[in-house]
Amino acid sequence: MTSSASTTLALARPNSATFFGYTPVQAVALAVMVALLVLSPGVLYPVFVMKVLCFAMFACAFNLLIGYVGLLSFGHAAFFGMGAYVTAWTAKNWGLSAELAILLGGVTGAGIGVVFGWLAIRRLGIYFAMITLALAQMVYFVCLEAPFTGGEDGIQQVPRAKLFGLISMQSDMAMYWLVAGLFLLFFLLIHRIVHSPFGQVLKAVRENEPRATSLGYRTNDYKLIAFIISSFIAGIAGGTKALVFGIATLTDVHFSMSGEVVLMVLLGGLGTIFGPVAGALVVTAMENYLAQFGAWVTVTQGAIFVVCVLAFRRGIIGEIGARLKLAL
Amino acid sequence: MRDIQPSRRQILGGALAAAGLAGSAARAARPVLRIGVLGDQSGPYRDLAGLGALACARQAVAEFGAGSFDVEIVTADHQNKPDVGAAIARQWFDRDGVDMVTDLTNSAVALAVAQVARAKNKVALATATGTTELTGRQCSANSLHWSYDVYMLARSTALQVVKSGGRSWYFVAADYVFGRQLQGEAAATVAASGGTVLGTSFYPFPGTSDFSSFLLAGQSSGADVIGFANAGADLVNGLKQAHEFGLSRRVRLAALSGFISDIDAVGLEVAQGLNLTSSFYWDLNERTRALSARVRPAMPRQAPPTMAQAGTYSGTLHYLKTVAAMGLPAARDGAATVAQMKATPCDDDAFGSFRVRADGRVLVPAYLFRVKSPAESRGPWDYYTKLATTPPDEAAPPLGRGCVLVKE
Repeated sequence: MTSSASTTLALARPNSATFFGYTPVQAVALAVMVALLVLSPGVLYPVFVMKVLCFAMFACAFNLLIGYVGLLSFGHAAFFGMGAYVTAWTAKNWGLSAELAILLGGVTGAGIGVVFGWLAIRRLGIYFAMITLALAQMVYFVCLEAPFTGGEDGIQQVPRAKLFGLISMQSDMAMYWLVAGLFLLFFLLIHRIVHSPFGQVLKAVRENEPRATSLGYRTNDYKLIAFIISSFIAGIAGGTKALVFGIATLTDVHFSMSGEVVLMVLLGGLGTIFGPVAGALVVTAMENYLAQFGAWVTVTQGAIFVVCVLAFRRGIIGEIGARLKLAL
Repeated sequence: MRDIQPSRRQILGGALAAAGLAGSAARAARPVLRIGVLGDQSGPYRDLAGLGALACARQAVAEFGAGSFDVEIVTADHQNKPDVGAAIARQWFDRDGVDMVTDLTNSAVALAVAQVARAKNKVALATATGTTELTGRQCSANSLHWSYDVYMLARSTALQVVKSGGRSWYFVAADYVFGRQLQGEAAATVAASGGTVLGTSFYPFPGTSDFSSFLLAGQSSGADVIGFANAGADLVNGLKQAHEFGLSRRVRLAALSGFISDIDAVGLEVAQGLNLTSSFYWDLNERTRALSARVRPAMPRQAPPTMAQAGTYSGTLHYLKTVAAMGLPAARDGAATVAQMKATPCDDDAFGSFRVRADGRVLVPAYLFRVKSPAESRGPWDYYTKLATTPPDEAAPPLGRGCVLVKE
């Protein structure tokens, strides 16, 4: 995995005139995406689009780490799943409003991220991945055993709490605008982070860590902060998904969820801005629309992954960008 | 339809569902009732429900015959992901005009879909679900629970084994909610029926594949019975290792949650002598044999139905009869339909005569079976000998348990 990560990362980024950190092409692509966000619930089923957006947030958070810092985490399901559990639990049992419950989900993700990151960034490559996987398995085990998660039944019948305690989220469209707003907020935030001086250091660490160290940067601190930001957004994504569906279950903390987010980012394009969104769309759409073909879901997912790795290793968006010589 | 392979038919069915209302517009003269079969068709529950449950639902539709409306079946694989299951059910209810969803393997999926059915005022018939929550704290006026639950499996097995002489027990239990629930229920039943629990080994779940130390601890405890409080692959591994130690010759083995598909997977040589509970067995009586003969040609591997699949048949048939009696327009109201299903006595080939309780639990008897030895078995799928019957009221969990539908 690490070798494929490093080979796909070397996308040249032009230093030409930018618009809030966006090249003209990226700005157009962003406008198209926002337009799609506004128009899609009229065409597609809103609950499906919400699910895509939750996973897109999750994938963007993951991409921040693997695409811009070069850290492959196999434990992101822990942040996503615990975010979902905490949001669901607080919304159901404490009657917290939507934004507070989701925020608590994010804080939970970040809290676990501090511990995971602090331990894992001391190692590189496959050892880093294995440590995050091992820690995530511990979190899974806790979720399986702890009484508050409801075991295999999960937390069910989570109410869609009111936003700010005022605005009802019962209708799918109200919930949709909240999810779309959150997605856009964190999408822009991640882009801002990547193009800040902080983000430049992250990329320097990715390209050549010893050199970044020799220039006087404490690379471990930068990696840890990136890890915590990523786990915070993953927690937000999990919490949002819990409110959309009214459930939080073991699926969200299971290690296959960590694998799924890797698949989304690889499929969309590692280290691209729009790649994770495209990847999340493709994977979620497969899960949803292939479901009626029964056993073929997993077969198709596997086949598409194989084709992707063999034919276009930069991912969907990465490959389009490379063909058109654009950074998307 | 029946001469086409199931997988191809599924693709066809899926394409039809994707095409949406285009197909039905052509014959718009007759109203259409749509039923969704939502189950695990690719994961661990594939054999106990899966495509077999779909075949059973189709059988129920075929036997219901032509009413004043057409019946269409749509199907999907929830991949054991509650969010996928809930999203599909929502989409079916909101967009595709589905009125009832059945199968619902995997408790988390069943609870999530029951919640959607309540919000949309549709019907959810859980026919392959273990959790007792569905008729307890999370019961709803829009869902019914068919076939079995973990309470019935654990209690009936423990009760009847103690009655027939297996007085002292040792449990090998998976250490998670499901395993603890099975073990707790069975241990309480053993104690209440005058037996004793000599000990319990809780093993870590998931990830345990070596059960030898737990089995030997059970053997050296001197218990009459070793009870497996687990399911699926763990049960299969446990049985294989017990067979290697020759345990089944010295103590009685009892599975607190086992399906005929598990027995088929390990084979009679390994499973012989095992005691387990089921609410359906194809060779139980004249009617179950007749049902199995009708449905087997359409089943995967021509297997007879499991109790989950028989429940899907029974639930779908009772639903269709109720809708026909109410009239289709009235039956679009999910809560009213479920209330009517509770009020109407049921009778079918799978479970005989039975009724539905106020909390939504379908009351059927539970049978304790002993797995035959290869010498006793007269042919394929001739696996069980009936030992005892637990009457419906004793097999179902007590009424109440936090269900709001039950008036004190």
